Formats: sequence, structure tokens, C-alpha cells
Amino acid sequence: MQVTLRVRRFNPETEAESRIEAYDVPAEPMDRVLDLLHWVKWNVDGSLTFRRSCAHGVCGSDAMLINGANRLACKVLVRELGDQITVEPLRGLPVNKDLVVDMEPFFASYREVLPYLVNDDPAPDTERRQSQKERARFDDTTKCILCAACTTSCPVFWADEEYFGPAAIVNAHRFIFDSRDQGAAQRLTVLNDKEGVWRCRTTFNCTDACPRGIKVTQAIQEVKRALLFRKV
Amino acid sequence: MTAQQHTFDVVIVGAGGAGLRAALEASRRARTAVITKLYPTRSHTGAAQGGMCAALANVEEDNWEWHTFDTIKGGDYLVDQDAAEIMCREAIEAVYDLEHMGMPFNRTGDGRIDQRRFGGHTHHHGAGAVRRSCFAADRTGHMILQTLFQQNVKQGTVFFDEFYVLDLLLAGDRAAGVVAYELATGELHVFRAKSVVFCTGGYGKMFKITSNAHALTGDGPGVCYRRGVPMEDMEFFQFHPTGLYRLGVLLSEAARGEGGILRNADGEAFMERYAPTIKDLAPRDMVSRAIYSEIREGRGAGPDGDYVYLDVSHLDPGVIDAKLPDITEFARTYLGVEPKKEGVPIQPTAHYAMGGIPTDVDARVVADAANTVIGGLYAAGECACVSVHGANRLGTNSLLDIVVFGKRAGINAAEHAAGVGHVELPEDPAGAVTRMLEGLAGHAEGERAAAIRGDLQVSMDEKAGVYRTETLLKEMEVELASLRERYARVWVQDTSRGYNTDLLEAVELGFLLDLAETLVVSARTRTESRGGHFREDHPARDDKNWLKHSLARRTDSGVRLDYKPVTMTRYEPMERKY
Repeated sequence: MQVTLRVRRFNPETEAESRIEAYDVPAEPMDRVLDLLHWVKWNVDGSLTFRRSCAHGVCGSDAMLINGANRLACKVLVRELGDQITVEPLRGLPVNKDLVVDMEPFFASYREVLPYLVNDDPAPDTERRQSQKERARFDDTTKCILCAACTTSCPVFWADEEYFGPAAIVNAHRFIFDSRDQGAAQRLTVLNDKEGVWRCRTTFNCTDACPRGIKVTQAIQEVKRALLFRKV
Repeated sequence: MTAQQHTFDVVIVGAGGAGLRAALEASRRARTAVITKLYPTRSHTGAAQGGMCAALANVEEDNWEWHTFDTIKGGDYLVDQDAAEIMCREAIEAVYDLEHMGMPFNRTGDGRIDQRRFGGHTHHHGAGAVRRSCFAADRTGHMILQTLFQQNVKQGTVFFDEFYVLDLLLAGDRAAGVVAYELATGELHVFRAKSVVFCTGGYGKMFKITSNAHALTGDGPGVCYRRGVPMEDMEFFQFHPTGLYRLGVLLSEAARGEGGILRNADGEAFMERYAPTIKDLAPRDMVSRAIYSEIREGRGAGPDGDYVYLDVSHLDPGVIDAKLPDITEFARTYLGVEPKKEGVPIQPTAHYAMGGIPTDVDARVVADAANTVIGGLYAAGECACVSVHGANRLGTNSLLDIVVFGKRAGINAAEHAAGVGHVELPEDPAGAVTRMLEGLAGHAEGERAAAIRGDLQVSMDEKAGVYRTETLLKEMEVELASLRERYARVWVQDTSRGYNTDLLEAVELGFLLDLAETLVVSARTRTESRGGHFREDHPARDDKNWLKHSLARRTDSGVRLDYKPVTMTRYEPMERKY
């Protein structure tokens, strides 16, 4: 089949504004959108620029706006989209070139929430014990690959880039509900900030966008509840 | 092109599991920079699935000596036995270290780290499969990568993200630093350092059907090779038995560890004929050859008869959802197959480089068969060859390798840096990189890197894959010469300064071509079959002539081979049966 692939292009070295460029791409229904982008880069225009690495949905490099929804280009197939496909950079982050956005604001928010285990007790000789139930409590949010699909689908984040955004809250959740962690109070104080969880308007865009199937909105709600009751 | 200058005690190249583990040690002891071409969490450690073996004996009797034996036997006796002992002994502490850092391992009923079976891992020296693999569902690598990255965030490690290291600076017999290309700006940076640690991963992108990420182009080994460091055991490349048909995406051995079975077109569980004792949990090289034997003998499935099935449909759906969620989703997403109901089409996929930059057990890079150390130069992980994997790596031992030897590399690099001063940089340190980039960007038309790389990959699959012969390998050598000629005229279409991935793809192809040549020449010369290297014209292992490591060195007249003995401690080579 033939796909019309429209790509929002922008090269700050030569252009003031972005533009849409269309390519006719031969494709199979089982091809990934990433395959189409590669076809263009490798056969038509080597300057088409995007990030990618693993090509099967685990490294988080190639989140993009694809037919209006945030998806990983390597995890959405032509058969799901049909023969008209439009690819644009993620919204809400500065565009560096074509589909490459500046990820630093995203990682800056992530770093704010203490995204690591806090436990100052001396470690035992073997493992810290954790029941299967305790382990299951935070399983969902350990799946995050930091692709930014959720954060850049959030209308609150588009309007206010100071907002931590869903991904940072997901990574806070991953530790707040880990029975081994002692940093919940500190993290909750950070998230109680005016740019913290209370900005969330529960639009569920983030849950729809997550390529790992994380129930992002639910995680944010759980963090809000923990703040209200100061109990995890 | 003027380059920016930086000075550190330790520079670590690469931010996968090995690089991040090294960084945790080095950055608390010395002024350390991590230079990585990907954001750290994009590294391919994150794609590892099944687990990390350590003889914790949490669920059944086990000890690290059995693990050592399995590693050596699995590696078809090309493993340096002292290194394997260190790895398997330190595995236990390495797992607990990760757990203390927050790694979310699956748990047993009494809250300890759960363990499962994995290919080639046995109790009592091969008596039966043992539950040794510590895991986090089927995303163990993802969790290790995240955990190590989190700890580096906590520690304030200095990262240079999306910087490509394109040259190693040496002063006499010591490392002096590296030269890196900044993707965002196209600028060059000279990093002066007392210790340089390469942790850049593998180079599976020289093959077409591969589980490897696009980024895995062997830049670290390539840079070292061009500066005179030999490449060890390059002929040993692992083809994982279960890659998604046509795509090569990995489906973890954990599927078979949990009870999954390989079946041919007739539905027969064929591994029973090849490895009667441990069947589907035989080491990867044996299973991959068994799959190709089935296909060649007409028992392959599909219209072209060129795949077999990985069948997990008989497993409890709850077990699949809890322990194999990602790989079953890959089958659904990319092949439209429901693993709970039907077999998943699979074929062997180029997966792991056993060979690489030669090091000793302290992760120090050695320059020759006498193991002469290059001062201040270290390597760990897949890009290195210690050698703990010998001729065939056992499943889970790669995650183990990166944390054990990554840690050793970080400590040793920092301690070395504490005891020495910086050495003088060579004159015009960025000169060689500048000339290389100008050369690559200097053609106004021609053939794209992608076309040359595509031909390389197809040919490597055909001629240097699971089955090799003298004839095929000779053909591949001739073809490499012609690919190299085409590469000399490669066309880089993008003329931008910033984010010029077109230029970088051309650079990366150069490394792949160099390393492919070392692989093919080493493979042609080794006239025996051992582990992942199978010669149809020499199907038997030949310990009398070939129980030795190869060292491939670059010369003006091509690859020159040298050999060094395998370190033996207490395990005498015996026939490898399962």
C-alpha cells in the first residue's frame, strides 16, 4: 500500500517557522511509523531528524504526535492509522529540529521529585524483605520509560510549563508507595507545591497517551489522596 | 574546527548498565563525567528481559560454584575461569546491592527475591535446571537501568547527554582522554582524563535480523580498534533463538524458563531430540542451531517454512500476565498473534557480542597476548571481553557482567586517577575527528550510508550468521572490501550543524564495517566449531589447536590475528551435552 506521510519539519538554522512536508511512502500494514520515517530518511531526505533507538517500545526515544495522539513511532503500526499519517513533534517542549524536542525541562521536573529510593537505615546483609502485596502496590508505575508522551499530552502542562507533569508524579508514586522507602513526606511536600499535583484536572489524556499502559491518572489521584490524608 | 576543552579525573563513555554502575563508584571517588550518545535511560540495557542470575538459593539449593561451572561449560570452555569465578561469586552481593538501591525484584511468598529457571543454569553440574535468575517480571533490564539511573540522579553524577565519543586520545602507553561530538551543535569537545572507561555496549547492527537497538554500532570498540587496541574473540557472536519473526525483537528465554516450548510446523517439541535433559533450556547457541536444523529439514512453519513457534499457550494466563507481560505484548503488537491461544512465530536473532575490547578481571584494557595493560584505559559490559562468556554467553549473565565489572571498572578507574597526574594531550587532539567528519561530509552526491549498511546487514546474516563455512566467509571478506570502497564515497545529505544524525549514521557505519571485518577474518581463521561460532566445514570443537582467544589487530595490510591462552583454574574441558 501507499501511505501519505506528512511530517512537520523545522530546521532552526535555515527556517523561521515550521512547515508540513508530505511524502508518498510504500508501506505494509504491519510496518511501524518508525519504519516509514526511516524510509524517508534513508531514501528521500537524509536531513529528516528524529530520535529512536530500540524500535520496540522500551527505550522511550521516539514519542511523537501521530495523527493527533502521542504515540511511540515504533509501537504504532500503519494498520492502526490507515494511509494518511501525520507526524509532529511532542507539544509543550521547545522544538530543536524536525521531530526532536528539548527534553531538559522534562527531566528537570523528574529530578525535582526525588526519583530514587530514600532509606537511610543500614542495609541488611541480604535483601530487604518485601511482601508480594507490597511489591504489587507500586508495580504499575515501575513501567515508566520516561518517554514524555503523558506529560506532553497534558493541557495543564501546555498552559504552564512549570507544572511537574504526569511523568514526574508517576515516578514519585513509584517510590511513595514502595514499602522500603522513607522519603514519602519529603516527596509529598514537593508535590504539594503550587506546580504540583493539585494542578491536575483529571482529563485522562496522560493515561490514554502512555505506551506502557500505566494508569497515570489513577497514580496521580493516589498521590493526591496520600497528600490529603498524609498516609500511604 | 576548534574544540571545547574539559578536564576530569575519570571519563566514562556510555550510560547503560555498565556505565551507570561504574559512574556510581567513580563519581563518589573522583571528578567524573559520563559521556553518552543517548539519554541514559534510552540505553539497551533497558531491553533486557529475563533476569540476572546469582546463586542466592532463595527457592532451592544452589551455590556460586555451580553457577561458575555452568558459565564455563555454557561458554564452551573458552571462558577465562578466574573471571567467571569472580563474576559468579560477586553476583550475590551485586543482586543485594541493587535491591538496596531500590530495584523492584519479584518476591517469594516470604518476601525474599524470587528466582526462576534460565537456559544453561543447572544444579549439581548439569543434573537439572535450577531456579537462579532474579527478575522483575520480564523487564529486569529496564528496572536495573532505571534503578542505576535513579541512584546517579541522587548522587549528582555529571552527564554529557547526546555526545558521541569518536576518538580515544593516547599518550604513549597511557590513556589521555577522548574526543566527543555534541549532537545538538555539531561542536567537538576534548575531554582530558586520567582514566577512560568504555561501556558502549554491542554492535549487533552489523546484522539485519537483530534484537539490538539502532544505536548499537560498536562505537567504543571501533574507536579503540582504530587506536591500535586489538579486539578479542570477535568470531563469537550470539544468535538468540527466539526473536520475533522478521523483526528480530527479543522474546526472552524467561518464556521457556516459565515453561514455554519450542515447536516445529508439526507441533513437535523438537528440543527433546537435541537436549534430552534440559530440552528447551539448553544454551542459546544449541537452540539456535536446532531451530535452523528443523527449518532446513523442512519442518519450519509458515508459507516459506522459515520459522518455528514459541508456545506458551498452555501456561496459566495469570502467570503470563504477571511474569511475561511485555513479551506477550510484543507478539500482539508486532505480529498480531495472541500468545495465550497460539504459538508465536520466531527465528534466531543476532543478539550479543561475546567478543570486544580485551580486559583483565579489574576491567583494565590489555594491549596484547602478554596482557600488557594500557594505563588508565578500562572497559566493561558487552563492549568488553573479560572473558566471562567465552564462546557463548548464558542467559542472564550479561546483566550480571555489567553490574559486577561495571562496579570494578568504576572503582579501579577512580583509584588509578587518584594516583597519577594528567598526561599531555597529543598535538591537535581533535584533528583526526575533524578530518574524518570533513571527509564523510565532503561529497555532494553519491550513495547513502543506509544503502551500504543495508547490504552489509543482509550479507552478514547470510555469510557470517549461525552457520558458517570457509567459502561464505571468504565471500564476505571480498564483499567487505567492496562495501568499504562504497563507504569511501558515502553521501551525507544533511548539511546542518545541529542534530545531524545523517552524518552520525555515516560515522557509525564506519565502526560497523571495521568490526565486521574483524569478525569475519577471525571466524574464517578459526577452523573449528565452538559455542556461537559454528563452522559446517569444521563441525567439531578442537581443543588441541583452538582452545585459545583470538586477538584481531588493525594493520595497514588488513586484520592481523594473534592468540592468547585461556585462563584455566579447575574445570577441564569436556564434551558439552545437556
